[in-house]
Amino acid sequence: MTLVRWLKRHLVVLAGLLTLGYLLLPNVVVTVFSFNNPKGRFNYEWQQFSTDAWTDPCGVADLCGSLSLSLQIAAWATLGATVLGTLIAFALVRYRFRARGAVNSLIFLPMAMPEVVMAASLLTLFLNMGAQLGFWTILIAHIMFCLSFVVTAVKARVMSMDPKLEEAARDLYAGPIQTFVRVTLPIAAPGIAAGALLAFALSFDDFIITNFNAGATVTFPMFVWGSAQRGTPVQINVIGTAMFIVAVLIVLSGMVISGRRKRQRA
Amino acid sequence: MTTVTEAPPPLAPTPQKKPPRRRGRLTPYWLLLPGILWLLLFFALPMVYQASTSVQTGSLEEGYEVTWHFATYWDAVSEYWPQFLRSVLYAGTATALCLLLGYPLAYLIAFRAGRWRNLILILVIAPFFTSFLIRTLAWKTILADGGPVVGALNSLHLLDVTSWLGITAGDRVLATPLAVVCGLTYNFLPFMILPLYTSLERIDGRLHEAAHDLYAKPFTTFRKVTFPLSMPGVVSGTLLTFIPASGDYVNADLLGSTDTRMVGNVIQGQFLRVLDYPTAAALSFILMAAILIIVTLYIRKSGTEDLV
Amino acid sequence: MMTKDTSGDVRLSGISKTYGSFTAVHPLDLTVPQGSFFALLGASGCGKTTTLRMIAGLEEPTSGSVSLGDQDVTNLPPYKRPVNTVFQSYALFPHLDIFENVAFGLRRRGIKSVKKQVEEMLELVQLGEQARKKPHQLSGGQQQRVAVARALINHPKVLLLDEPLGALDLKLRRQMQLELKRIQTEVGITFIHVTHDQEEAMTMADTVAVMNAGRVEQLGSPADLYENPNTTFVANFLGTSNLIEAEVDTKSGDEIVLKAGGGKLSLPAARCSAPTTTGGKVLVGIRPEKISLTHADDAGGIPEGRNRITGKIADSSFIGVSTQYVIDSPVCPEFEVYAQNIDRDARLIPGADVVLHWNPAHTFGLDATQDIDAGVETVGEEASA
Repeated sequence: MTLVRWLKRHLVVLAGLLTLGYLLLPNVVVTVFSFNNPKGRFNYEWQQFSTDAWTDPCGVADLCGSLSLSLQIAAWATLGATVLGTLIAFALVRYRFRARGAVNSLIFLPMAMPEVVMAASLLTLFLNMGAQLGFWTILIAHIMFCLSFVVTAVKARVMSMDPKLEEAARDLYAGPIQTFVRVTLPIAAPGIAAGALLAFALSFDDFIITNFNAGATVTFPMFVWGSAQRGTPVQINVIGTAMFIVAVLIVLSGMVISGRRKRQRA
Repeated sequence: MTTVTEAPPPLAPTPQKKPPRRRGRLTPYWLLLPGILWLLLFFALPMVYQASTSVQTGSLEEGYEVTWHFATYWDAVSEYWPQFLRSVLYAGTATALCLLLGYPLAYLIAFRAGRWRNLILILVIAPFFTSFLIRTLAWKTILADGGPVVGALNSLHLLDVTSWLGITAGDRVLATPLAVVCGLTYNFLPFMILPLYTSLERIDGRLHEAAHDLYAKPFTTFRKVTFPLSMPGVVSGTLLTFIPASGDYVNADLLGSTDTRMVGNVIQGQFLRVLDYPTAAALSFILMAAILIIVTLYIRKSGTEDLV
Repeated sequence: MMTKDTSGDVRLSGISKTYGSFTAVHPLDLTVPQGSFFALLGASGCGKTTTLRMIAGLEEPTSGSVSLGDQDVTNLPPYKRPVNTVFQSYALFPHLDIFENVAFGLRRRGIKSVKKQVEEMLELVQLGEQARKKPHQLSGGQQQRVAVARALINHPKVLLLDEPLGALDLKLRRQMQLELKRIQTEVGITFIHVTHDQEEAMTMADTVAVMNAGRVEQLGSPADLYENPNTTFVANFLGTSNLIEAEVDTKSGDEIVLKAGGGKLSLPAARCSAPTTTGGKVLVGIRPEKISLTHADDAGGIPEGRNRITGKIADSSFIGVSTQYVIDSPVCPEFEVYAQNIDRDARLIPGADVVLHWNPAHTFGLDATQDIDAGVETVGEEASA
């Protein structure tokens, strides 16, 4: 009887934790299998424990090259999308102009479009223009689909910003540029950072759009895709695990630092 | 209009409706120019090219020409309608499952997690930072033939039921619709949880107390107060899940078989392997139109137009 | 003030502001003399903040000009005007500490050594200890003082205050009113203060301009506005007034005799702002605290020559220093009377017949074509304000 009541009260918690388990299970598998020593070409079945892959993460041809290419593209795409997106966000929040509705739709549509559609249509454009597929076409595509997400993130922050702050700056002898540098930008920074982080993650992990527009260039997701057909090296799991750990550590340390700051203030 | 002349009330400093600007009517356009140009050139223009390609005829060797050959559309639909249907079915099922699985977790984070809230949020987001392809491949291990999951389902005779329903085949889960839907659900679950959490978190906890005070039982409170207030999250969550899932071909390719091919697989194949550009463009165009119609109807129906 | 310095005079000539078809401020002429504490008083939406923002340069006037002393500043952007603002809800920069907030204006003008000035300024507003804290770590009252310090450190010719006390609770507001008044006397700068709180305006300012619907209704010292309102809006918005519709009976020299509800009332001609013709309508006003209340049984004891009205007590509320009565009378259904609690007549309870009487010199007359309820605060307005 008491068990039933306990279950009833904590049903939501149990269901939630089960979902969390479902979400994290693949990461556990990826981590465990990074220590596997598979028999064949594929790393899907557990054989025996080994740290070979961890000691030699670049031991597979092209893997680290594709990783560094992905990091480069992600960095440039983040820079491009963040700059362009921030400008748009400011224009949308801070000014009234005629084409507002149209601009909003143009920002919204890429987020409401299956990636495969954008990928395919962009490829028809590049084919029609006779563009050489590769680094530049990937970068163009990545900036394009990251842009909307940056706009959304920055817009949210700028909207919550009191326009009186900028008025106060102008009232206190700060010209337009000084107002922007000294007041607007520092206050909007968290939103811009969030947008940039999102853009980096999206670009780094993108497969579908890249697959259409990469030509012979191989990014990290494309390397993984290719290996799924030819044979999956354990090193993939090593890199996946490392990425997960680094991401969690960065977020955790960020939280610890901001938490400590808050405590100092109090 | 009164808000323009009068400062807002002291306790609720809302941003002013009309920011004052003395000069530079063109400033917003200058700010917009680079980004909008980028979107016009690399998002809108490609759509035009795609539309034009879809009504071209010709061959790779001789080149293509616009001949307003609308028959391509008819051929594409009549040949690939099963894949279209599958896309809608799989993506719809995955979306429903995401809502079912994601809601308790979002609720848990918003109301019951206490000091664990941030940690759980991180755990929901962190998988994003591992390549989704690697994580999807992990499902090959989890659902492997003779693996623990298949074994458990088998011993419970659940596989017989699913086979009878036609979503698994024999003793296998891999290479069946079940595996594909499972992968889709997994991949897009965070896109459901985060908007749900955001809208749940905004709900004032005192509303629950008020509902209890007004004789609502826990479940009634949920049905009459919590769930309606979380509708914006439900709407954007389902859209953020359904749209990418319907165009996805990775899960169908890695976890499915030729019998689970979705429209994304066809487009990808036509574009990158068969090189039949008009058919591929027509398929992609149909998918886009279908999604836009579904999204528009859905947003109208749910009455939240301010998703952006 | 003594030295006839006019460099801090603010002169608005024909200044107006329209948004599309909506006129926020009708063409307005106003001069605020150097060193004065000037208040713009009005309900929300009356155009007072817009007027202030046009002086600050944050809003461009549709017509007219703004001058400071001899300088026309109409076309100067805010950052080139020798005018500073204390914003409503303060607009302190959240990413800068208190010291940097106060130093902001000096640094923007290229002043290098700001330390001494900022420290002195923080001392003036008693916040020396808080220099390295962030704005959100301070209380509302402290934030308010930072906002004042941040503006004053620039030695502006005019300090503009936009509802500076609106976010504070009542007790703190009283305290800050005196504090601001003290600072103003100390620094001698012209203060222009926007508020919707009539008590605040009357306590602090030496001149008050009452604004309504984009126009200045009346301008004067607080006592002058209170005793001699020229419009129903001023009569109702500043304190409470009983307004009675009356007909002019006779005019003789400096006295007007009016008919109201069968009785006669006397009104000094000098205190009537409306044109009067025999048989014409006039609104008669009297402040509730000027009225004496006598039980009907003692009516014989009321001296001759006082205006009198009969009625019945509808309601009374005891509020300590005074008792507020609502009287139901034939000339006015809800006549308000505030009686000092000196000797309380136990018979004055709801239902009692009474005579209201007052010295005719306290009566004022207003144009009867106006809305009799203009400026009356209603429950709905209060909730939305």
